[in-house]
Amino acid sequence: MATIRVEVVAVERVVYADDVDAVIAPGVGGQLGILPHHAPLMTALTAGELRIKKGGEEEVLVVSGGFLEVRPDKVIVLADAAERAEEIDIARAEEAKRRAEQRLAEHAADVDTARNEAALRRAIARLAVAERVKTRRRL
Amino acid sequence: MASIRTIRRRIRGIKNIVKITRAMEMVAASKMRRAQERSLAARPYAEKIEQVVADLAALPESGLHPLLQRRPVERMTVVYITPDRGLCGGLNANLNRRIASFLAEQAGQKVPVSVISVGRKGRDFVARCGVNVCAFFTRIGDKPSLIDTLPISRMVIDEYENNVVDVVYLAYSQFVSTAVQRPVVRQLLPVQPARIPKAQNVDYIYEPDAFEVLGALLPRYVEREVYEAILESIASEQSARMVAMRNATENGNELIQELTMLYNKARQESITKELLDIVGGAAALS
Repeated sequence: MATIRVEVVAVERVVYADDVDAVIAPGVGGQLGILPHHAPLMTALTAGELRIKKGGEEEVLVVSGGFLEVRPDKVIVLADAAERAEEIDIARAEEAKRRAEQRLAEHAADVDTARNEAALRRAIARLAVAERVKTRRRL
Repeated sequence: MASIRTIRRRIRGIKNIVKITRAMEMVAASKMRRAQERSLAARPYAEKIEQVVADLAALPESGLHPLLQRRPVERMTVVYITPDRGLCGGLNANLNRRIASFLAEQAGQKVPVSVISVGRKGRDFVARCGVNVCAFFTRIGDKPSLIDTLPISRMVIDEYENNVVDVVYLAYSQFVSTAVQRPVVRQLLPVQPARIPKAQNVDYIYEPDAFEVLGALLPRYVEREVYEAILESIASEQSARMVAMRNATENGNELIQELTMLYNKARQESITKELLDIVGGAAALS
């Protein structure tokens, strides 16, 4: 079966690089799945989970925005920040979520609303991924 | 001639200094290694984003994006990145000389310049020169993450987008090798996409469209450039300090050797003198 090379690159390091079967990414226009031999594509990503399927197993990463580029030979994810599910600091994410919510509640029409909303989305994405991986492990 | 006691005291003092310089050398060496690793780790992202920006900037509609637009230069800002600390050889002096000549050049062109300084040494120098410092950042530390550098890049991008400045330069010390650090000044905004020949001539599907992807990509590109410059500056600082401290240690050891020689000579002389006195006294008695 054909595989596709995936590289997840954050500014500070390479998070993931492997040959996989499929990638499911949180595009700005909705979830998108990339299989081998996909047409060249360039899209922005929102905060969410990046699922990578390989040989029946699934690896879940959380990205907080970035870009996805599909080239003929590989898929490159330029992430603002990316973490593997097991690296997520749940306490920090919860704190960030609480903070963002509080700030949104306080200044309804603040200039930074967009930034706070983005922060909230990031925190929620982190928590969701961490939660899912935890429950799966318990099963 | 210096007395035996003062020589001994000096030797002890220099030995203590050498201990400190040797410790500083070792600390700087390990910090330098880590800074280099960080620079290296940032490289894959850098290469990829450069490639993508170059591809996108080649599109006809890209010229409309504010961060790529060239405007007549009426005001400029220099982001001046220096270490917070001294004791790193000629690094700060070289940087300051470079920025001074750059500022003099701009003054000749009658363009008002303001400086955003990152690092205490640069701020102090620029403030002394009487240049307008519109912001300064200190205590970036030895191992900043991208997030630590974001306030700097955000500020620069905001100023540029709001037409407060028309061109932004980045001045920092480029890490060439352990022995060589080169002060450089280069343009940060408007973004000058690297003229990389298109790797593959592929027609991408852009989602939502090319212009929006570019709009989201360019701020990241600028953020990464600032981050990279700061990493280079840290690597430069640490390697310059390591070399400076190694030289200091060597000079100190040399000095200790010379002084020890002097000390032994003085000691021997005084013994000889005493011996002569005794012999003379004995001769007088008999």
